[in-house]
Amino acid sequence: MNNVVEIHDLRVEYRSREFGQRSKLAVDGLNLQVHSGEVFGFLGPNGAGKTTTMNVLLGFVNATSGSASIFGVDVREPIARQRIGYLPELTYYYKFLNAQELLRFYARIFRIPRAERDQRIDTVLKLVELDGARRRLIKTYSKGMQQRVGLAQALINNPDLLILDEPTSGLDPVGRMKVREIIQRLKEQGKTVFFSSHELGEVETVCDRVAILHEGKLKVEGRVSDLLQQYQCNLENVFLNIVGYKPQS
Amino acid sequence: MSSSTSWVTSRNPDANNIFAIAGVVVKEMYRRKDFYVLLVLIVLITLMLGSVSFFDDDRIVRYLKDACLLLIWLSSLVIAITTAARQIPAERESRTIYPLLAKPVGRGEFVAGKFLGCWVACGIALVGFYFFFGIMSASREHTLPFLVYFQAIWLHWMCLGIVVALVLLGSVVFAAPSSNATICFIVVLGIMFAGGHLNTLALQMRGFRGEVVYALYYAIPHLEWYDLRDFIIHNWGGSGLRLVTHNIDWLVWVGASIYAALYTGMLLGCTWLVFQRRTMTL
Repeated sequence: MNNVVEIHDLRVEYRSREFGQRSKLAVDGLNLQVHSGEVFGFLGPNGAGKTTTMNVLLGFVNATSGSASIFGVDVREPIARQRIGYLPELTYYYKFLNAQELLRFYARIFRIPRAERDQRIDTVLKLVELDGARRRLIKTYSKGMQQRVGLAQALINNPDLLILDEPTSGLDPVGRMKVREIIQRLKEQGKTVFFSSHELGEVETVCDRVAILHEGKLKVEGRVSDLLQQYQCNLENVFLNIVGYKPQS
Repeated sequence: MSSSTSWVTSRNPDANNIFAIAGVVVKEMYRRKDFYVLLVLIVLITLMLGSVSFFDDDRIVRYLKDACLLLIWLSSLVIAITTAARQIPAERESRTIYPLLAKPVGRGEFVAGKFLGCWVACGIALVGFYFFFGIMSASREHTLPFLVYFQAIWLHWMCLGIVVALVLLGSVVFAAPSSNATICFIVVLGIMFAGGHLNTLALQMRGFRGEVVYALYYAIPHLEWYDLRDFIIHNWGGSGLRLVTHNIDWLVWVGASIYAALYTGMLLGCTWLVFQRRTMTL
């Protein structure tokens, strides 16, 4: 089985800028593989190290030790990001551009040929249902529309790996359903999806495998069906069990 | 392997990403209506030079040209410094930098793109300033030394290249864009007014202090060399609406251009080194 993402003994420490303050260990000896064509859920409570791991994969943060690669290329190389699409938790796009200009800009960065570029922009704008608003400035978009333009930019290069950081965060139920449908469609096309979410019901529905992180360490990794069978409960209870949550009675 | 990989043959740093980022910087400037400053200045220049008829004295043209050129220099510095100072901090503050750097864009390409965008925008503004200034000036004096104008605009632009690179370096060192802009404005004006006199000052000092001032004289980029206002004010370089050859020596012009390119490259290199080490957390 081909590994799309490979992480070995990853350790990330944030040095405190304040004198006398200890450095913070965000990720501690993480080993992880994401296989080609699977939807992989990356779970953990807030501060578990999910976003830090994603930041390493995206080249925003350098690992203190260990290594990470995407499609066999070290994540420190910009080329490693040629075949990925990334959707951040909240949308941050140039508000003085319209959707078409934004997508054209990103398409140019991926060096998509001009003839193919316009066709690709049409496809993704139709997919996220923003075709009618393509010439409106992004600053006039609603939150849901901004999230969809984010999804469109993540798909502009027809990526083989999608990294989604809480893609349904802040969306209404219809918006969530649409994002879920898009993830399913991408899976059917053989794409690999690596995403973090706190919506465990959603993760249970769409993911093939999950990894649960807690305090920077990998607590469990496996197929969703295997975990449900092993713990004899739903994913939410599996999660709570693993992170050591005890209800106050 | 999907079709996405077929678009790429190599991923060496290339001009494509730099031009794409620069294009967005220029687009932002006119969408943010920064170029309105340019229009206001053009109106001011037109009014100032147009007032020559009111004074009914042709000698006053030189004073007005001096005032207009000072206005052009100050405005170009304000545009260069304020535009460059906000580029990287605004990208980080609005978080637009994350989706961008999640794409195959190196941090060096990002810095170079920001520089190019600001520098090109400054160039567009300069051409606008000098075009209207030249037209109005020629209509009053009936002379236009083209080559001097060309050399003046070019060296002014090269000077702004150093300024933009300096401000970009400041923007990755200082936390607040406003403090960076203020510090850079003081430094640039300091170099322009006092930079050329540092060697004279060093001669008057003895010992270690003199050596420090001398070292400073050789270390700073001499922006004052790029100020050709006197050539334009006094129409040095000939008269009449024809091409003239009595401008500044072309070797000097080329040397000054190389000097500016070297300083700009060095400052951008430092910016890249600092920015490369920056951890960016969402």
